[in-house]
Amino acid sequence: MSEQITPEIFDHLVDLAALELSADQAEYLRKQLNNQLKSIHELEAIPLEGDVPISLHGVPYEAGESSEPREDEWHAYSDTRAILDQAPQLEDDYIVVPDIPHTSLK
Amino acid sequence: MELCDLSALELTRLLREKKTSAVEILQSTLQRIGQVDGRPGALDQTATDEDKEKVHSFITLTDELAYKQAAAVDADLAAGKDPGPLAGVPFTVKDIFCVKDTPSTAASRILANFTSPYTATPVEKMQAAGAVMVGKVNLDEFTYGSSTESSAFQPSTRNPWNTKHVPGGSSGGSAASVAAGEAPLSLGTDTAGSIRQPAAFCGVVGVKPSYGRVSRYGLIAFASSLDCPGPVARNVTDAAAMLQVIAGEDRHDSTAVKVSVPDYLSRLEAGVKGMRIGLSPDYFRITFPDPKTGEFCEQALPGEIEESVRHAAEVLAAMGAEIVEDVPMPNTRFGIPAYFVISRVEAASNLHRYDGVKYGLRTDRKYADLREMYKFTRNEGFGLQPKLRILMGMYVSAAQYSEQYYKRALRVRTMIRRDFETAFDPAGKYRLDALLTPTTPTTAFKMDAVYGDSVLMQYADQLTVPANHAGVPGLSLPAGLDGSQMPIGIQLLGADYTEEKLFQIGRAYEMATENEAWRRVKPAVLR
Repeated sequence: MSEQITPEIFDHLVDLAALELSADQAEYLRKQLNNQLKSIHELEAIPLEGDVPISLHGVPYEAGESSEPREDEWHAYSDTRAILDQAPQLEDDYIVVPDIPHTSLK
Repeated sequence: MELCDLSALELTRLLREKKTSAVEILQSTLQRIGQVDGRPGALDQTATDEDKEKVHSFITLTDELAYKQAAAVDADLAAGKDPGPLAGVPFTVKDIFCVKDTPSTAASRILANFTSPYTATPVEKMQAAGAVMVGKVNLDEFTYGSSTESSAFQPSTRNPWNTKHVPGGSSGGSAASVAAGEAPLSLGTDTAGSIRQPAAFCGVVGVKPSYGRVSRYGLIAFASSLDCPGPVARNVTDAAAMLQVIAGEDRHDSTAVKVSVPDYLSRLEAGVKGMRIGLSPDYFRITFPDPKTGEFCEQALPGEIEESVRHAAEVLAAMGAEIVEDVPMPNTRFGIPAYFVISRVEAASNLHRYDGVKYGLRTDRKYADLREMYKFTRNEGFGLQPKLRILMGMYVSAAQYSEQYYKRALRVRTMIRRDFETAFDPAGKYRLDALLTPTTPTTAFKMDAVYGDSVLMQYADQLTVPANHAGVPGLSLPAGLDGSQMPIGIQLLGADYTEEKLFQIGRAYEMATENEAWRRVKPAVLR
């Protein structure tokens, strides 16, 4: 089987993922992705009749087994300082981010 | 025997009989850690020859906090108060759980400077039960691996039975710390076998509870539809006692089910008479890609592993269980391919939050704008395994491939689930109480033997991952040693929320085999 994830597709994925890779990393990761895809293609060997539904998780939750949604109410957190202090850049308790690049929609 | 080698429930008994104190138990535990563990994992370190003789379970030792907790337990006892069912019992926490005011790293550079402002529900429940947290233990970065080698915090954990071998993963620090007497209990997580596989490799007991049995609140997420927190212990009784404490609904996690938690200890020694326990040929062979050719091949398991399972079946049959042979589980072999898709899509989604803005690492490099800051930060902060999962997750969930890969994998998950429903159907042909299988296709492999081959590494979870897809509970327990004196694990799988039954079978097996010679052999670091 030819390589499904070509260097061009790979570079596109890397950009979408907001990653930046060295040449060595890119070579290793692209090879591993193509190897994993060979394994994933094993799924094609399983006969799936039309009525097989998807499962979002294994255990089907019966009515009443999940907690009811909470009211959408605002509650003050007891220690906002502990959260804000984790931010890499803070100014007057606002989290600072660099300029957001201008992008034109095609 | 040192205090640190006793079981959790023996320790609580001694404590309540005032034959020891929580502080004395902690001192014994910290002494053992000092003897066997070596330096904790840290960024930018590599293992020296000296390191290769030690276990390295820990990333962060929380001894000061532990002394405070132990002293509080002793004070409660002195005042005649009940300090809880696990009073004074030391435990370790896989460093994928948030614990307030404690570094919570996920073994990743991107979270190396993160101190959690809150505590995960399972940890909170352990502490409320009087258990004493001694530290945060190592794991594969973000839990992505089966050997703990991918941790950004090196030296990574080594197997206490032979430090040239891996402890398994991703809960390698949890299993190794329990095996080496550094704590009788540990809190781990299991997404494809990450509790059961290292438990098997390190000769301890590991439990993957039913999905939703234990809250995931405060767990740094990998694959949210598969992640299950659970206990690692030295025996089934301790594992049951720990699950008793951490199980139950949680208003902070809507997937934590409102299904009552039975008393796991009350019928623990009720025996297995009349129980139907299945064996499946689909768990005695593995399908995996040849590392040289990439071609998929099918192979029988190593004889020693299959013999351990069959011996366990004979032991249980002699105690009155009915062994049901040839239970078909035909979709077992598709567990890993489906996992490659589902777990990657969920991991990619969960990893987008690490962006250098709200917490964690932000690059020191100069950047022109937000987009460049993201790229530099994520490149520096993530190791190869998170990057691999992000890229694969994005590829297989892309609009043009979603039907072919992601939706197909979710339908295959349904097929895997149906295998278990058929086996456990009380009105069906098999009517099993449990399925008995090997936990792993091999015993613990050597360090560096598999690391780097992400496909082969994933296939180490081939016999554990179906339970994650199906959501059913699994228990791994020690069942002997191979010719190299490395532990062999066997696995019990049950229907939804039947952990009680698995504990009962596991305990029966322990009692029936307590005089077998292998049970007297200690891990190499303790000899």
